[in-house]
Amino acid sequence: MKIQLLFFGIATDLVGENSIFYELNSEETVLALKKELLLKYPKLKNIDEFAIAVNEEYAEDDLVLRENDVVAIIPPVSGG
Amino acid sequence: MKNTAVLITSEKLKVQDCYDFVQDAACGGIALFVGTVRNSTKNKEVSLLDFSSYEPMALKEMQKIADLALAKFQIHKIAIHHAVGELQIGDIPVIIAVSSAHRKAAFEACEFAIDTLKETVPIWKKEHFNDGEVWVNSHP
Repeated sequence: MKIQLLFFGIATDLVGENSIFYELNSEETVLALKKELLLKYPKLKNIDEFAIAVNEEYAEDDLVLRENDVVAIIPPVSGG
Repeated sequence: MKNTAVLITSEKLKVQDCYDFVQDAACGGIALFVGTVRNSTKNKEVSLLDFSSYEPMALKEMQKIADLALAKFQIHKIAIHHAVGELQIGDIPVIIAVSSAHRKAAFEACEFAIDTLKETVPIWKKEHFNDGEVWVNSHP
């Protein structure tokens, strides 16, 4: 199943992408996706931590992703 | 009547717009927080700041802060405006304006709003120096 990944801030620079479509083998959790992303994009380890937002809301690690979800990689924010 | 105003814009922020939105005859005071771009960070001279956002989510998170501030404090109205794009020294990246019948609630809500914004709203700033650039808070 396909999801959309969005990268912001430093994550855009580390990964070299703003937005990609990404294939998941099965329904998996946010935590599983985070681990997968760190393997696929080892440079993400350069960030202290990152949060995940699913469909524009912060997501807990145990949330199960669904087809066509828009999943954003949110590095530490620094607005204001 | 709408009691909250949230905005993300690449235009110059206007303090007067926020003030005018929250101003009301029922209020005894208005608290304003205006963030400005500082000319140095950790003793290093900053040339400019570049702000980017995940705009639809940032607007939702800003709206949550405004709604929560209304629920939590005895305030009348709140405006939260944030700028994106390149900002020079002295420019304004953020404005929070709060009106209330009594001043204490306005001060408290204003501080709550800026503190929470800095923790939750998906906006990022890149500091540009003469010899490079750094994403703030990311420690690459």
